[in-house]
Amino acid sequence: MTTTGLFQIALYLAVLLLLVKPLGSFMARVYRFQPLFGLDLALGPIEHLTYKLCGVRKDDEQNWKTYALSCLAFNLLGVLAVYVLQRVQTMLPLNPAAMSAVSPDSSFNTATSFATNTNWQGYVGESTMSYLTQMLGLTVQNFVSAATGMAVLAALIRGIARKTTDKLGSFWVDLTRSTLYILLPLSALLAIVLLWQGVPQTFSKYKTANVLQPSSYTTPHLDKDNTPVKDAKGNPVMDTVNVATQSIAVGPVASQIAIKQLGTNGGGFFNVNSAHPLENPTGLSNFLEVLAILLIPAALCYTFGLMVGDKRQGWTVLAAMVIIFLALVIPCVHFEQSGNPTLNALADQHETALQPGGNMEGKEARLGPINSAIWAVATTGASNGSVNSMHDSFTPLGGLCPLWMIQLSEVVFGGVGSGLYGMLIYVIVAVFIAGLMVGRTPEYLGKKIESYEMKMAAIIVLVPPALCLIGTAIACVSPAGLLGPSNPGIHGFSEMLYGMSSQGNNNGSAFAGLNANTPFYNLLGGILMLFSRYWIVVPTLAIAGSLARKKLIPASAGTLPTHTPLFVFLLVSTVILVGALTFLPALALGPIVEHLKLIGL
Amino acid sequence: MKIIRPTIICFLLLSLITGIAYPLAITLIANVGFRHQAEGSLIDKNGRPTVDESAAVGSFLIGQTFDQPQYFWSRPSATSPMPYNAAASSGSNIGPSILGDTVKSRVDALHQADPANSSPIPIDLVTASGSGLDPHESVAAADYQISRISRIRRMDAEQLHALIARHTQDRAFGLFGEKVVNVLELNLELDQVASIAAASQPAATTK
Repeated sequence: MTTTGLFQIALYLAVLLLLVKPLGSFMARVYRFQPLFGLDLALGPIEHLTYKLCGVRKDDEQNWKTYALSCLAFNLLGVLAVYVLQRVQTMLPLNPAAMSAVSPDSSFNTATSFATNTNWQGYVGESTMSYLTQMLGLTVQNFVSAATGMAVLAALIRGIARKTTDKLGSFWVDLTRSTLYILLPLSALLAIVLLWQGVPQTFSKYKTANVLQPSSYTTPHLDKDNTPVKDAKGNPVMDTVNVATQSIAVGPVASQIAIKQLGTNGGGFFNVNSAHPLENPTGLSNFLEVLAILLIPAALCYTFGLMVGDKRQGWTVLAAMVIIFLALVIPCVHFEQSGNPTLNALADQHETALQPGGNMEGKEARLGPINSAIWAVATTGASNGSVNSMHDSFTPLGGLCPLWMIQLSEVVFGGVGSGLYGMLIYVIVAVFIAGLMVGRTPEYLGKKIESYEMKMAAIIVLVPPALCLIGTAIACVSPAGLLGPSNPGIHGFSEMLYGMSSQGNNNGSAFAGLNANTPFYNLLGGILMLFSRYWIVVPTLAIAGSLARKKLIPASAGTLPTHTPLFVFLLVSTVILVGALTFLPALALGPIVEHLKLIGL
Repeated sequence: MKIIRPTIICFLLLSLITGIAYPLAITLIANVGFRHQAEGSLIDKNGRPTVDESAAVGSFLIGQTFDQPQYFWSRPSATSPMPYNAAASSGSNIGPSILGDTVKSRVDALHQADPANSSPIPIDLVTASGSGLDPHESVAAADYQISRISRIRRMDAEQLHALIARHTQDRAFGLFGEKVVNVLELNLELDQVASIAAASQPAATTK
């Protein structure tokens, strides 16, 4: 790796970590009902009107079961709404490009995808969704699925911090406050900067321009039934089409891009997501967008420390996240900057003052390999899933980094809320393992960790890997699954493994060569996304409820301190061990074999 | 247990706020403060910003096909059915081990258009971009093409270097992104300073 690469990584992490404390303490104020520097005066009336119309009281707290039921009911309604919007978009306004209704299987996949904060996109945005569907369906879910994750986290933190109670807060209040006071203001701010940088925001139809250099292309001649026509010798008849204009897709883009980055959603307006110059026009827009991916998840660690009354606990978790992030971002940048060994004889891949060099297939010139690799690791660490380059065309080991990052169960920063609650479950597992080693009952922040918590934690740790591996196995042995990969052989397997891992962990990015917009993949993926989201949400809330009921026991000489470098090491090891033991065999069959073949072994 | 009423009302209200009010507010701000960007950053044939579609030759931010020898070529594009289809962005998604032949044919095309040029070819000029709509290429990629264009347009290399420098964007604040050349802008100005019709004139008259 070059010094430019190291400098870019350092710059990114430095700015991110500088923002952790201010945003983290602001979010703690939101969940503790403290004054919000005037924001609560401006948006307070809307907040209170919401409670009034909903018939809930701000101080009417729920036990874990009611909290979980509210969360599930709200999410179910979200899935239904997005499904219906797609199916009937032809009959609704704001459809200037006259998009037709989306197929039932694709609608199901997309609806679950956006409600579960996955934002896997099987469809081509600019040629599928009407403006209304993008706004009222997808943008809304970008907000509320993120707010759902934050609400569940708030409940878990309260469960850890409180004692001898069954109250965890109100889902409706946490949902509304997360949306109004955190996601909405940050999104508006980011959207305005993105507008300035060149991201469109319009309801007019696609633009048409007369291009400078007309060109032509050939395409198979189709008859009335859309089948290619062949001549007497059996060769396909080709039509020549002249191109003198360019149709440029635009739309209400900026408002959606801002929240899809901040809410770790990742569902872009256009097919290629943030590689599209209208989603991510400049180096500055790229930096802000990739910063927005990890911003809230990183800052929530500080919020956690404040809310449990011991800031060191938050920094410990954040330190573990940063260490794993560094361990994967450095090799990813290195391999992408080194370029593709099979192309060395054909072109110049070295970094010079005039070019960034590296593996440039599937990457944008203004972003280059370094910023593409940093984004790839951040977006897969954070369950965001937006991309600014095509992961499918990464070098084998460069592509292994984001793939494995997903398979670590999205706890390295992770989704907003979901990342930290996932990581706190790993904390409980780590504490348990340490307890076993010294033969004492494990405890965390004064709460005994007993068999009920461990059973729930085991479910949470095992569900995502099971879903990924079983999903991949099903795809590998069914004829419909084998039609998916566009690349042959080993790389095709990697495409399937990536797709199933991505959906089985609510990430949403893809090795996009996988042709996943088929009934088989839409249904399989939809089921994976539903299970991996809610089979984790419910046990997490169960743990929260169980911890809240417990008494506080004072720390003794035998208590394992959970704010030390030793505990950071223990936590990192736990995450890596689970991820490595579960996925190394599958990774060996995909990216690792491909790398060995590529370097000629 | 009250669940149904808050579910429905909360969903409707949050939809209204985040799905209608928020995008409309951003659109309003866009119309007042950033009209040109909001409508897709269109430019006219003089390279100046415009919001008038009929005068537009393209967008500052969207690449176009340039594959004729008198223009700076843009990066390869994997959109279908034709390259630089700005209504259906796409990368190639070709894996690293089977990319060689594709790159070889692009290298051959460059050599064929300029057989005398034996400099190494910058990688971004022979690899497809992520979006298929990349408006930029590296400075090295533009520099590589100077020998071909100076021969066809009968311009001297110095003049072309200056032209490239004029359309080079540095890293934002010297920190973010990479240094790149805007290909559409570059070719627009190229046509203005040295039209093909003038190519038969001695090079000196084009200065």
